[in-house]
Amino acid sequence: MSMPFYVSPEQMMKDRADYARKGIARGRALIAVQTPTCIVIVAENPSTTLRKVSEIYDRIAFAGVGKYNEFDQLRVAGVRAAELRGYQYSRNDVDARSLANQYAQVLGDVFSTMGPKPLEVELLVVAIADTQANDRLFHILYDGTLLDERRFCVLGGDAEGISKRMESSYRDDLSLDAAIKIAVAALTGSERTLDAADLEVAILTRNGKRRAFSRVDDAAVASALK
Amino acid sequence: MPRFSAGDDPGASFPELLRKVGLDPFPAIGVSAGDLGAFPHATTCLALTYDGGVVMAGDRRATAGMSISHRTMDKVVQADDLSGVAIAGTAGPAMEMIKLFQLQLEYYEKVEGQALSLEGKANQLSMMVRSNLPAAMQGLIVVPIFAGYDPLLSRGRLWDYDATGGRYEERDFVATGSGSTLASTVLRVGWRQQLSRDAAIDLAARALWEASDADTATGGPDVLRGIYPIVASIDSAGWTRVADEKLATTYDTIMGEVRKR
Repeated sequence: MSMPFYVSPEQMMKDRADYARKGIARGRALIAVQTPTCIVIVAENPSTTLRKVSEIYDRIAFAGVGKYNEFDQLRVAGVRAAELRGYQYSRNDVDARSLANQYAQVLGDVFSTMGPKPLEVELLVVAIADTQANDRLFHILYDGTLLDERRFCVLGGDAEGISKRMESSYRDDLSLDAAIKIAVAALTGSERTLDAADLEVAILTRNGKRRAFSRVDDAAVASALK
Repeated sequence: MPRFSAGDDPGASFPELLRKVGLDPFPAIGVSAGDLGAFPHATTCLALTYDGGVVMAGDRRATAGMSISHRTMDKVVQADDLSGVAIAGTAGPAMEMIKLFQLQLEYYEKVEGQALSLEGKANQLSMMVRSNLPAAMQGLIVVPIFAGYDPLLSRGRLWDYDATGGRYEERDFVATGSGSTLASTVLRVGWRQQLSRDAAIDLAARALWEASDADTATGGPDVLRGIYPIVASIDSAGWTRVADEKLATTYDTIMGEVRKR
C-alpha cells in the first residue's frame, strides 16, 4: 500500500490561499464609498445582466468579486437568510453584522475543511444608517476573514493600488457624482479609461425610506464622469 | 445561512423556501365548525377601475361572532409598487397570506433581478389561496381581491378569487366579503367608463357606506374615533393612500345627502 505524500498544514493553507487569490485577481475590482447622502458602489462590469452589486434587504446591499457563479449563489443565500429572519422576527431584526458573520462562516468552512477547493470570491456587505458614522462596510475574504471597513472599501484584483489612489482622493463630504468620479479614477489608474457602459453603479440612499437600494443608470453615470 | 444543492433549490419561491426550512406557511390544522365564530373575520372590500388605474377600498371592522373584535384593521394593503391586495375572510390566515404575498413579490424581484408581471403576481396569489384550501374546507376561508396597474397594457386591472384559488379577472369592479352584494350593487349602478380618480374614490366610499348601512359585519366611517375606511389608488406613479381628512369630507357630504332622503 502506498502512503500519500505528507503535506504540512502550513503548506496546504498557503496553496489554497494562493489558489483563491489568483482566481480573485483575475476578476475586476469594485469600490464602495461612504458619502453624506448615500453609500455608492462602483464596479467594473461590462455585463448588464450578470450583476456584481445587488439588494439583500431594506438597507443592506451585497457586492461580490471573483467567480460569478460562486458569489451569486452566496448572494441568493444572503437574501434567503435575511428574508427568513425578517419573516420569523421583524424587519428591524435583520442586520448586516449577523449576515456578514454568516458569510464569513460559510467561506471559512469551505476554505479550511469542507470544499475540494476554496471559493474564489471576496464579498462586501454594506448597510446604510441614519448617519455616516453608523454605516457598516463589512469586507469578507475568501478564507472567511471578516474586516470592518470605514470610509471606503476596495475588493478584487490590485486592491492595494486602488486603495492607495482612493486614499489620496477621498473626502468625507463627497457628492454622489464626485464619489463616482474618484472611484472610477481609482479603479482605472492613469493608464486606461472606463466609460459608463463598462461600469455597474448602485447606491444605498440615506433617506429613511424602507428600500434604500437603487441602481444608477448609464446616463447618470456618464454625466457624473464628465 | 440556508444553502441548497442544484436539484433541491427552492428558486424564487418564498413559500417553498419556508417549507424547506421547516416553516410550512400553510400547515394542516384541525378546527371544528363550532369554533369558527370565535375567530375574527374581515369583511367588505372592493376595487374598481378608473381612467388610468384602479381604486381599492375596504372597511376597518373585524368581527368575531356577534361582537366587534377590531375597529382599525387594515384589510387593503400595498403589495408592491404597482399593486395592492384586499382580503375578506378569517382574519388570521388572511393577514398571514398578505404578509407572505408581499414577501414573495419582493423576494422574487431580488432573487431574479426583475419584478413579476402583474399577471404573474395575480397567479402567485391564486396559488397561495389554493394552498390554503384544506383550511378553507374547515371554514377558515380567505378570499382576496388583487388589483394593480399593468405597465405592459398601461391600465388598471383587477382580479377576484374563490376559496379554491379560482382566479377571475374582472373588467370594471369587484367586491368581496359579507357586504359585497350591497357594495357591488352601488358600484354597478354608479360605475361609468373613464371615471376620474376622484369620482372613483367617491363611488368606493358610497359603496362601503351602503354596505355598512345594512350589513352588521361591515364598519361604517367612525366619526367619533376618527376611523375611516382605507381607500387607495394605484396608477402608473404607484400606490397612493387617500388621506383620512379627504375621506372625512367625502363622508360628510354623503351623510348630508342621507339626512335629506
